[in-house]
Amino acid sequence: MAASGENPEILFWVGCAGSFDDKAKKVTKAFVKILNSAGISFAVLGTEEGCTGDPAKRSGNEFLFQMQAMQNIQVMNAYGVKKVVAACPHCFNTLKNEYPELGGEYEVLHHTQFLQKLIDEGRLKIQGGAYQGKRITYHDACYLGRGNDEYEAPRSLIEKLDAALVEMPRNRKRGFCCGAGGGQMFKEAEPGNKEVNVERAEEAIAQDPAVIAVGCPFCKTMMADGVKHFEKEDEIKVMDLAELIASAQDL
Amino acid sequence: MDALKYLPQILFSVLFLAGIGLFGRNVLKVVRNIRLGKTENRNDNKGERIKTMVLVALGQSKMVTRPLAAVMHIFVYVGFIIINLEMLEIVIDGVFGTHRIFAFMGGFYSFLIATFEVLAFLVILGCAVFLARRNSGAVKRLLSTGDLKGWPSRDANMILVTEILLMCAFLSMNAADALLQQRGEAHYITAGSFPVSQLIQPLFSGLGNDVLIGIERFGWWFHILGILCFMNYLPYSKHWHIIMAFPNTYFSKLTPKGEFTNLESVTKEVKLMLDPSADPFAAADPDAPLPSFGAKDVTDLTWKQLMDAYTCTECGRCTSECPANNTGKLLSPRKIMMDTRDRLTEVGNNIDKHGKDHKDGKTLVNDYITPEELWACTTCNACAQACPVNIDPVSIIIDLRRSLVMEESAAPGSLNAMFSNIENNAAPWQFSQADRLNWAQEN
Repeated sequence: MAASGENPEILFWVGCAGSFDDKAKKVTKAFVKILNSAGISFAVLGTEEGCTGDPAKRSGNEFLFQMQAMQNIQVMNAYGVKKVVAACPHCFNTLKNEYPELGGEYEVLHHTQFLQKLIDEGRLKIQGGAYQGKRITYHDACYLGRGNDEYEAPRSLIEKLDAALVEMPRNRKRGFCCGAGGGQMFKEAEPGNKEVNVERAEEAIAQDPAVIAVGCPFCKTMMADGVKHFEKEDEIKVMDLAELIASAQDL
Repeated sequence: MDALKYLPQILFSVLFLAGIGLFGRNVLKVVRNIRLGKTENRNDNKGERIKTMVLVALGQSKMVTRPLAAVMHIFVYVGFIIINLEMLEIVIDGVFGTHRIFAFMGGFYSFLIATFEVLAFLVILGCAVFLARRNSGAVKRLLSTGDLKGWPSRDANMILVTEILLMCAFLSMNAADALLQQRGEAHYITAGSFPVSQLIQPLFSGLGNDVLIGIERFGWWFHILGILCFMNYLPYSKHWHIIMAFPNTYFSKLTPKGEFTNLESVTKEVKLMLDPSADPFAAADPDAPLPSFGAKDVTDLTWKQLMDAYTCTECGRCTSECPANNTGKLLSPRKIMMDTRDRLTEVGNNIDKHGKDHKDGKTLVNDYITPEELWACTTCNACAQACPVNIDPVSIIIDLRRSLVMEESAAPGSLNAMFSNIENNAAPWQFSQADRLNWAQEN
């Protein structure tokens, strides 16, 4: 797009999970469908995108993080990127908070924030559709919630679907981690008596939801595995908010 | 004989100055220890910092998540602050040999004393509830096992019992005083109102004036000496939080919790690596200290991280919210803070004993905190969120991880695999960067 002189409204930061992980790719496609139906011009970096460095940084490998950051910043600055939307709270947090000091200053939004904005501006209309009246519980992603104090955008999207939002006892600031952050996604858990995702899935299942809504590809994997652990995967779906919106409207 | 008359005043003045002096020395030692940390700028946004301090320390806004503890804590906290107003009168009376010097305020004085008495009662109530919670086994995070085994538990109980004793001394003093006032004993002018201590007056009513004077004087001395001793006990105790909470919340992290620091030492190296015009054979500045990455010991942490450690009152709200701890992992954010403080105290004591450059061969990692604890963290920030005084355990965990990874190459094998994936194909999994856009062609 840049080559043809076009200036897209946003850069959609797909992220590694969104590019490669089967569950997260569904979110990527759902989000793109929403963007297309709302007529939002967007670009992706495609093969020029690289890991933001988040998992390396949280695991203590600051070198690798900054190498990744500098390379991504070079690419984004070369394209004159101004506004970035990430469908992953880890990418979102890193791009928004940790890139500016290294020379990458952009307006960065999580996809739930962007969708909320589109709705507020009247550029996206969603109706309840398939989820009207359904019980949906929302699992806060640490890096969106506590990490960046965004608790309401995802919830307002669920309310826009006319679904019944049911809260887990530990929600918002007290939201219980899915167990994937800080590099845990890529390693075996340290010895303990329970998996974190099993504990959280148990809490979610207790709300008897039709859907556990998430806003993070790692949460999605962890919660889906947790639901499977209790053999509830036929009754309870784990879906990203972008998937919920896209499928509610049958996009 | 005049000299003998002034003996209590002289004794009081000496003890009071000694107590304050010793406290000053202890404070300076803590300040010295905190300054062993690396520099970090927390002087920006003064307005927001004051607001945070007023809200979180003064206003205790983060206590409210647990209502019973919050209410009881407010009793003890307000009681502590307000009753210390009484200290002013005690000090003046002690130095000049007067009795209830502020009695001239009349009705207002009665109001003040009555307020102090009610607060003293509430402090006793609060401390009793805290003792019950702590020792009945009802609250898991307060059990005298695990992190709190031994000294930390004794410390907590000692503080609560001391506070109860101090308040009992205050109330007995008032009860005896009121009786002496009624009996018209010289020196005991009619002043004050005693809504709480009048309830214990009947216990004393059969006693002679001499005994009552003894009780009154004992209560007075016990109260003031108790406070002087308690003040000097603070720096060795979790109770230190009553002072540290204020600077610690003022210097709170104001950036989003998800934002971690970018290591400057690394930025320099990375810029050099990515700069095509950098001379790879350029001789390094021989005087420049070797850069170190992350923290191995307390002196590698920043002063704010060390201040955090001194502020911790071991309430365990962090650990009770920690997903790793909740699922049986070794990690306890509270222990991270306690270990950091204990190690810092040890380093400080070494400096006092053996001089500034003494090395004892120990480090915070390994000797106090094991890698297994560090690797259990999900960096979810539940601990930092739960902390009533804005301590940030995650930043310490990350700095210790940085040292393990960048100085010792001691990351778990699976994380090393993730690192090399990112290095080789810019994703934490083994997928080729060339395939990043394949999703666009799929259905």
